This record gives sequence, C-alpha cells and structure tokens, in this order.
Amino acid sequence: MSTAVMTPVELPYRLREAHSFEASGEKFLYLVPSGAIFSLDKIGKEVLHGLADRDLHKEELVQMLLARGHSAREIEVALAELEQSEVIMRGTAKQKMPTVPEKTFPLQRIVLNVTNQCNLACGYCYEYSDDKISQTAGKPKYMDHAIAEASIDLLIKESADRPSIHVTFFGGETLLNFPLLRSTVHYAKERCALAGKQVEFSLTTNATLLSEPIVDFLAEHQVGVTVSIDGDKELNDKMRIFHDGRGSYEVIVPKIKMLLERHKTNSIGARVTLSSGVSHVRRIYEHLTQEVGFYAVGFSPATANPERLYSIGPQKMSAVLGGFEDLAWEYRDYAVTGRQHGFTNANDTLKELHSGMSKAYPCGAGLGLLGVGTAGDVSLCHRFVDSPVGKMGHVMEGGVDHEARHEFLETHHLGARYDCHTCWARPVCAGGCYHEAFVHYGDTSAATLHYCDWIRGWNDLCLRIYGDIAVKNPAYLQRFDGA
Amino acid sequence: MNSLKSINRKARRVEASVIAATGDVQALQARGGEGKIYYPMGCTLNFTPGWEVDVSGGTAGLCQPVERDLFDCHLGCGWPAQVPDHLNNAVDWTDKCASAANDWRKVDIVFP
Repeated sequence: MSTAVMTPVELPYRLREAHSFEASGEKFLYLVPSGAIFSLDKIGKEVLHGLADRDLHKEELVQMLLARGHSAREIEVALAELEQSEVIMRGTAKQKMPTVPEKTFPLQRIVLNVTNQCNLACGYCYEYSDDKISQTAGKPKYMDHAIAEASIDLLIKESADRPSIHVTFFGGETLLNFPLLRSTVHYAKERCALAGKQVEFSLTTNATLLSEPIVDFLAEHQVGVTVSIDGDKELNDKMRIFHDGRGSYEVIVPKIKMLLERHKTNSIGARVTLSSGVSHVRRIYEHLTQEVGFYAVGFSPATANPERLYSIGPQKMSAVLGGFEDLAWEYRDYAVTGRQHGFTNANDTLKELHSGMSKAYPCGAGLGLLGVGTAGDVSLCHRFVDSPVGKMGHVMEGGVDHEARHEFLETHHLGARYDCHTCWARPVCAGGCYHEAFVHYGDTSAATLHYCDWIRGWNDLCLRIYGDIAVKNPAYLQRFDGA
Repeated sequence: MNSLKSINRKARRVEASVIAATGDVQALQARGGEGKIYYPMGCTLNFTPGWEVDVSGGTAGLCQPVERDLFDCHLGCGWPAQVPDHLNNAVDWTDKCASAANDWRKVDIVFP
C-alpha cells in the first residue's frame, strides 16, 4: 500500500524527448534516451496530440480526455503509464546520460594488424592515402609470433570473466601474413581451452591472395570473412587497383566464388567503400549478390578529408541515402514475407533498434575492442594503429594503459559531446566514428556533424521499416532477440 | 498498458518496470517456477493453530489479520479463511471497494 504524496504546486504535463513516426497506418514513438519503441493506442495518441504544442495541467488534460469518452479510471491509468514510461512529464527533468564505465571494463575483441603492407593501392585507403594517420616508419612490416601470442594472452587476461572472446585479423592485406594468422588461430584456441573461454575469429581481406588451402583453413576454424570489393569491374577498378594501376576485379572474383563455394562454416560478407565515383548502391548490391554470389553486402562511405577528390561530398551522399532507401524498402518487403535480405546496413540498424540500444559511445573502440600494431603497440582501434593518437599501451611492455584508456573514455563519452545532447538519434549514433572525426576535424572527440542529417534520415527510415515489420510480420523480429 | 504497446525489447523492459511501479500488488499472485508448488507468501503450510509458518519458514507475513491479504483469501483461496468467501456466501462483499487503500471502510461485516 503506498501513500499518495501531494505536490504543493501541480506542474503542467509536457512531452519528453522522443521521435515519432508512422508505419502501416500506426503511430509509433522512439523514446530518447531509453531507445524504447512503443506504438500508441487511442488514448495515448490523444494525450500526445493534446500536448503537441502546449503544456497542459492535469485537469485540462483530464477534461479533454473525458470529453472524448474515456473513463476517469482509464485516464488515470494512462497518465500514470505515460509518465512512468517517460513519454510525458511534469516540470523539468535532468537530462539522463549513460555513465562512464569502470577502468577495468573487460575486453572482448582485439584487432591484430598482422601487416602494414598491401599488394593493392586503393586511392581511399586510410593506411596509405593522403589522410593516413599511422606512422609506420621504424615499425616492422609484419607482426611476429611473439607479439601475436602476447596479444592473445593480453586479451584473455583483460577479458576478465567474459565467456567468449574474438580475434580479428586485419592489415594492410591480412593474407600477406597468413603464416602468422594460422599459428595465432592455433595458439588462441589452445590458450582459450586452458582458460575455459570460447574464441571466435574473423578477418578482412582484399581476396587477391585467397587459395584453396587458405580457404579450407578458414572454413575448418570457422573464421568469418569480410571481403573488400566495390562492385562490378568498372566500379571496383576505379579505386581498387594494384600498384601498377591494374584493376583487381578480374583477379579477385574467381577467388571469391571459390571462397563462397568452399567456406560454409561462418558468415562471408562483402564490404563496399563508397567514394565520389562509386556511389551506385543498387547496381553494386545486385552485382555482388546476383553475379558474385554474396549473401550479405554492407556499404560505407570512404573516410576522407572533404578536399580529397574521392571524398563523396554532400550531394553524392544524398544520392547514396536514396540508394540505401531503395534497398531498405526491398529489405522490408522481404522481411514481411519472412525472407532473408542481404543488405547488411539495414539489418544491423534494425538489430540495434530492436534491442533498444542506448549508447554512451559510438562503437566499442577503447571499450571492448582494441587494436594492436605490428610492433605490439595497443591502440584505440585498427584505424589508429601506429598512430600517436589513441595509443593505449604495448602488449609486452605493461599491457593495456588503463589510465590512457579511461581518460579517453571520459573525454569521448556522450555526456561530453554537447552537440549531441539535443539530437533524437543519439542512442544509436552517440557522435560518430572517432577516425572520421579525426580526419575531418583533427579531433577524435568531435561529433561527426557532417553526417548528422544523413544519420537521422537513415535512422528515421529504419524506424519506419521496423514499424512496418512489427505490424505485418512481428515473428521476423525474433531473429534479433538473441543479439 | 492501455495507452502504449511495447514493440521492441527495451520497450518490454520499460513496460515491466512500469507495471512494477504502478500495477496492483503482485506478490500474492506470483507463480512458482516450473516443477515447484505455488505457495503464496502469507499462506501457511501448516494448518495446526498456533504452529503456522509460511513458505519462507517465517510467521511475520502470515495472512492474519485479514486486511493483510483480503483479496487473495476472498477471491482466489479455497481454504476456509477468516474472510467471507467469494464463491458461495459473499459474492458481492467487495463490490463497493474498487481500491482497498481508499475504500476499505466500505467492506462491511458479513453475518452468515
């Protein structure tokens, strides 16, 4: 039994922060910052409508609802629910921000840059292009076994009581150092068996060096593979070229087909980098799924200073959003009929919206994930490997620098990104990629403001698609429950 | 909830917390886990007068005096407790009592 507390001065009701959207004729609310998605019943819609452009005292709101035929009891319950769910409030509320995690936040994944060398010379590469931030001079070209093994030991130690850890192999071109990849997989399995942990592996490759024995090894050890490819021959070969200028398409496609044919034990996805001349989203998607045979294709614009010729620019970006929209609606049509669609960007966003994620950080960098360079330097992520920015220790000399990591997490927390505090998309975006911010603004802690409209547009689209699926085929969304 | 319908996982968690905060007292309606017998807290396991203990082994939460769990005994409990039973003899006993917290004075004495 609770005691009713009388408020001395009754403050009027007002709406809290939320993004409303419609889908399949229903009205939905995406609550900020909780990330909860509700659909509104009749009385809920009427309360929202009543408060849309002015605050109302309880008596005014009750009178309005009574006039619309709701019982006093129904109104009482609805207002209590809406207030408790943080849809409406009385007075003002202090903005809630997620907390900064403990210094000992357990590590989940490391990215090993097993080499800083590459047999391709893609114009937009962040390791080699004009925007590169890594300083590889004096660093070994290839990671050696001692560094790789120390990295695994460090990951196991820093993962504390996590039951499962993940090792990602990265480069340069990862397969230029396949012998190290192979021995590290064996070493990690052995050490994790002793530590009682599960271990998973993945790698990113340009596919030029794939061979049957390599693919069989990857399949045997269930290594997930991400293949960088930008579309058909004409598009791929604009940027993805060998050092002598030849395109890579003809070399990689037969190898990719062989990979898809022989490797069935883990996911294999295509990763497309969009740049000024390569922004044909549907054409690329159809080519990679229908002609090459990928089940999953993800797109990302090249990270570039806006002065670069290959920088995608605002106009092309709006065309890209158009292309994304086109594929996302197709994803929706597949989902409502219970079929799988391979547009990874939509799938990933829907998964985050389904769980109702409310992020304090845009990604796991520095939090559950760290990168390791060829010399053993620990960094914020693979994009900051061997850069003075984001350095966080050494795998052999002292391990993770927890002070540096904690300082980074304090200064890059959503609470410190004031630009984001009024944006409804912050639970899913949290300010954007640190590397993107550094290349654009010279500051990892800046919010990536050049993408804000794009991010909001994309999330609004995905919310409408989510709403459509929730109305027409809610069973489809169960696949995201385990995530 | 009558104004909102939970759609995603976070919304379901919010709903659970709203029900916990605004819903009726649920403790006596809690179900036992799979394979467990359901004993509401407040009901005794041992019916020998003077020896009653509840499922936790304590006596503090037992259902006497009756106002402690009026509705659980009146509506749902088959045991002849010291409240009028809803099934046969006092069907409309609490009709004027929409909320026990406010209307308890309206629950009158019943003469068999």
